[in-house]
Amino acid sequence: MPLIQVEQLKNVLGGQSVHSDVNFVINKGETVAIVGGSGSGKTTILRCLLMLLRPTAGKIRMFDIDILHCSEADISAVRRRCGVTFQQGALFSGLTVLQNVMFPLNEMTDLSHALQKEIALLKIVLAGLPSDAANKYPAELSGGMLKRAALARAIALDPEVLFLDEPTSGLDPKSASGFDQLILYLRQTLGLTMVIVTHDVDTLWQVTDRVLFLGEGQVLAALPMRELVKHPHPEIQEFFKGPRGRLKEYE
Amino acid sequence: MARSANITWEREQSCLRLMGDWLCTTLGKLPATLDKLSFPRHTSFMVDASSIEKLDTAGAWMMHRYFSQLKAFNYSFEVQGLNPTHQLLLDRIEAQSSHIRVPEHPQSPPLLPFIGREFVQKVLHFLEFHSFIGLALATFKQWFKPKNIQWNSILKMIEETGCKALPIIGLLSFLIGIVLAYQMGLQLRDYSANAYIVDFSGLAILREFGPLITAIIVAGRTGSAFTAQIGIMKINEEIDALRTFGLSPVERLVLPRIFGLLVAIPLLTVWADAFGIMGCMFMANHMLDISYMDFLKRFQEVVPLKTYTLGLIKTPVFAVLIAQVGCFQGFQVAYSADSVGSQTTRSVVQSIFLIIITDAFFSVLYSWQGL
Ligand SMILES: Nc1ncnc2c1ncn2[C@@H]1O[C@H](COP(=O)(O)OP(=O)(O)O)[C@@H](O)[C@H]1O
Ligand SMILES: [Mg+2]
Repeated sequence: MPLIQVEQLKNVLGGQSVHSDVNFVINKGETVAIVGGSGSGKTTILRCLLMLLRPTAGKIRMFDIDILHCSEADISAVRRRCGVTFQQGALFSGLTVLQNVMFPLNEMTDLSHALQKEIALLKIVLAGLPSDAANKYPAELSGGMLKRAALARAIALDPEVLFLDEPTSGLDPKSASGFDQLILYLRQTLGLTMVIVTHDVDTLWQVTDRVLFLGEGQVLAALPMRELVKHPHPEIQEFFKGPRGRLKEYE
Repeated sequence: MARSANITWEREQSCLRLMGDWLCTTLGKLPATLDKLSFPRHTSFMVDASSIEKLDTAGAWMMHRYFSQLKAFNYSFEVQGLNPTHQLLLDRIEAQSSHIRVPEHPQSPPLLPFIGREFVQKVLHFLEFHSFIGLALATFKQWFKPKNIQWNSILKMIEETGCKALPIIGLLSFLIGIVLAYQMGLQLRDYSANAYIVDFSGLAILREFGPLITAIIVAGRTGSAFTAQIGIMKINEEIDALRTFGLSPVERLVLPRIFGLLVAIPLLTVWADAFGIMGCMFMANHMLDISYMDFLKRFQEVVPLKTYTLGLIKTPVFAVLIAQVGCFQGFQVAYSADSVGSQTTRSVVQSIFLIIITDAFFSVLYSWQGL
């Protein structure tokens, strides 16, 4: 049974059709990327999966629960098994990084305060931030540090599925490849299932098992990177052709 | 269903057995169990982790922490039966653990320096407010050329702060008029001086209540909105963006608000005066048997125009105060949502405070002049 199953998803936002017929499955332990041009509705798919947006039509099953027709309690249970980083970070601006990461630990577990703090620090260090950053407020961090802090908060409770919305956009190449290493490590040690929205071709090649290519309101292809770059669809060809596609380098 | 994490000492086999799910949600009782656990010192023993079913980073951290404690006490032990992925996780966390330092809590300063710093901050704040007023005045120079004036923004402000406030201000003034006339009517009826209700209500509404009620409602309704709008724009770096186009945020954001209120508040006050008097008329008719026509006739005779103008003269001052305080507090917002909240509160409290002080000042001034 796949972990996430989306069927005939349809979305109309602001009078404009974003998705006409989206179908895909994601299996346990897989790392799947969602790619597509800007405005092709990648973030919208994540919002539907996280139950932040009710799709116009369609079926979504997660952890074997029909999340569009289930009780409030089921929804909380499903959400608790997911971790998310948002495109703009979405850290709580009134809390320090440490407090941000401790927040879910505090709400969801009965660990002692000292232990929560240690575990939060561990997550901060795992996300690649120095310990000193812990007492800073989000406004005092650089863009790359914000992304890492958001990741630290997303993995605070060791979720089973991690949704990352453009985690490496705006990072320098070194930090971005650090982020890729981190993703690989999380997957190895925690057996995480990951859904990553990204434009970063290096990330696509290095960490993903499959790539869902979104275009024309549907999933044009759901293939491993090696096969996807050979897909004949003109939109896909255009996406990966040119120097930014790094075709030669990886072949 | 997740089982809670547990640990037992098995004496026969000299074995420490770890059991259950070691997850952040199931670890809660483990520290207490660990504290109670006792086994002979200086024995070498085995740690059997084969019964652990699930392990997450929190669990691995707990394990790492306990093992290092045991090592610090010179116990010698060997860990067995940990499954390979769990082992990988534990190794990785041990490798990271040297990077973890619990950061020091920034300490709150002792009382005396705290008072000193607060005092200096208040004084600086006060000075900043004045320099902000100065800046607005200096920027106003640019509007001497009529083509620079932001007519659209001003009109939009008048609509937002004036037109849309008409219903609430009308209603509240009418109700205040009723309450006022009722209280005065109770006294006047005892002295059979019913007709004097017209004199009193004219004086009270036109000179004090109309302007004051309007200013206070606008401070709560519009001053707070100014602070929140400008504060959020600051957080989104929209204000910095304006600056990079070589535009002055004060000219674009503050001046239209000041001029918008300068038009809106006097007009709203006239509106409030009218509805306040209507409230009085309604109550006078109901309670003191003064017909509407009689009320209006006497009103013309006994309430001089001066009363009305003295009330209206105050309103531009209120307008500038509300706009300046609202905008100034908006620019003071620091980069957090809490800050928007606290500055908005401050904006409303300060403008109402200043409005009442100014009103008192005008009363003193009028009495000096014998008006
Ligand atoms: N709340 C909304 N109201 C109206 N339109 C929206 C809304 N959210 C997103 N859209 C539109 O939906 C489309 C897809 O948006 P999004 O999923 O954010 O794209 P991206 O693939 O870049 O993440 C865009 O054209 C956007 O304009
Ligand atoms: Mg997006």
